[in-house]
Amino acid sequence: MRYAMAVDTKKCVGCGDCVVACQTENNVPHGYCRDWIVENVTGTYPKLEIELRSERCNHCENAPCVRCCPTGASHIVEGGIVLVTHDECIGCGACIESCPYDARYPHPEGYVDKCTFCVHRVKDGENPACVDVCPTSCLHFGDLDDPNSDVSKVLKNRKWKVLAPEAGTNPQLYFLT
Amino acid sequence: MKEELFVSGRDIPNIDPYLHLWHWEIPLYLFLGGLSAGILFFAGYFYVMHKEKEMKATIQWAPMLVPFLLVIGLGALFLDLKHQLYFWRLYTIIRFESPMSWGAWVLMAITPLSIVWAATYIKDLFPKWKWPFKWLDTFEEFAIKNRKTMAWIMMLLSVILGVYTGILLSAFNARPLWNTSILGPLFLVSGFSTGLAVIIWMSKSKYERKVLTRIDLIFIFVELFFIIHMMMGLQAGSQAAIEASNLFLGGQFTVTFWVFVVLLGLMFPATLEIFELRGYHVPGWLPSFLILMGGLIFRFVILEAGQITRYLY
Repeated sequence: MRYAMAVDTKKCVGCGDCVVACQTENNVPHGYCRDWIVENVTGTYPKLEIELRSERCNHCENAPCVRCCPTGASHIVEGGIVLVTHDECIGCGACIESCPYDARYPHPEGYVDKCTFCVHRVKDGENPACVDVCPTSCLHFGDLDDPNSDVSKVLKNRKWKVLAPEAGTNPQLYFLT
Repeated sequence: MKEELFVSGRDIPNIDPYLHLWHWEIPLYLFLGGLSAGILFFAGYFYVMHKEKEMKATIQWAPMLVPFLLVIGLGALFLDLKHQLYFWRLYTIIRFESPMSWGAWVLMAITPLSIVWAATYIKDLFPKWKWPFKWLDTFEEFAIKNRKTMAWIMMLLSVILGVYTGILLSAFNARPLWNTSILGPLFLVSGFSTGLAVIIWMSKSKYERKVLTRIDLIFIFVELFFIIHMMMGLQAGSQAAIEASNLFLGGQFTVTFWVFVVLLGLMFPATLEIFELRGYHVPGWLPSFLILMGGLIFRFVILEAGQITRYLY
């Protein structure tokens, strides 16, 4: 099993619903977020191109945060989801420094927090909160090992990219372009 | 033109707009760790070389400082933790993949060792000293008998500690400035050089100062070579690495780095040391003070600059 998410940059309108859904679902403290939206504008006027990306933890296969964690609090569970065990985390910040995507943050309670792919929902067969709430259905989630899953299908039929592949992290957050 | 914005209004403290998670605690610890490693290495080395009589500051006086320096360093590390009540989790597991994990274990070994080493000399330095318990006398006797073994272990552990202060940073591939394998040896020689500076400052023997100053000069030149090597390596690297080194080659850290670290912290004290060896009168504390300041600023600059650098996408 290999969970992954694909973000359709052609459909995303940057409404921020995924961000709010995540904050509500996961009780993310005020002023913090586990997912966020990047607006990337390139070109010169009047030929401008805009790309909207809903970003979050990439749940990397070769996760630098897991590698550098001194206590083993950062770990990978079945399906490739990267998680943090709160009462094993000492809040040293090594994982935050090691993440090329700046996807982690220090929770005000001390431990390090990040996107969990809504593991509590996923293990019951549901989608992460951000995916379910997206009004343009631009987020696709599922198991890459299952050729009939939503995410496998879109990755098969569309062009896609990942962020900073040169970081060697093998990220599992795909962007349909 | 390329412009990137967080349209969802992301503004996480210490992370946005650029990473600034580690503050003064980490560079202070890196400085004290490297310095302690330097003192302990040369204490062990000259003990093994049977120089106990000639090198009193190296083997006896300077190691007295190390337990205090290490404890201050450990205190700084503890302050840096954000989930402090769980710090003991570090010592429930050894993770070789994580430099921070084996670094914590090395500190756990070298701190008590440095205390024992200092304790075995305390009666030589303070003749009126008396241990409050009898078993401490027995333990002291045992430790004095095994000084040679301790010296060898100290040399090994201090090299690991010195390298570790650099590898701690170079293991983070997300920060292109740090992610270079030269950082381990660079921090090692820099730490050893600051350790030597402390011993030279404390030493009153002409012979000892001369021997240590000669070694220090070698370390300073190796350090200068490593710094140039690091900049060349980064400039020959990816765009992310080029932009990282540009922070020092025209960017915001240029003056701090080249003036305060390289010029005033390495080249100027090296020149003073050369003059001293040639027989000119140089204030004894000056080169040491400059080297120590340079070493401290070096670690602050590398830490601050490294956190700004990142992959470009």
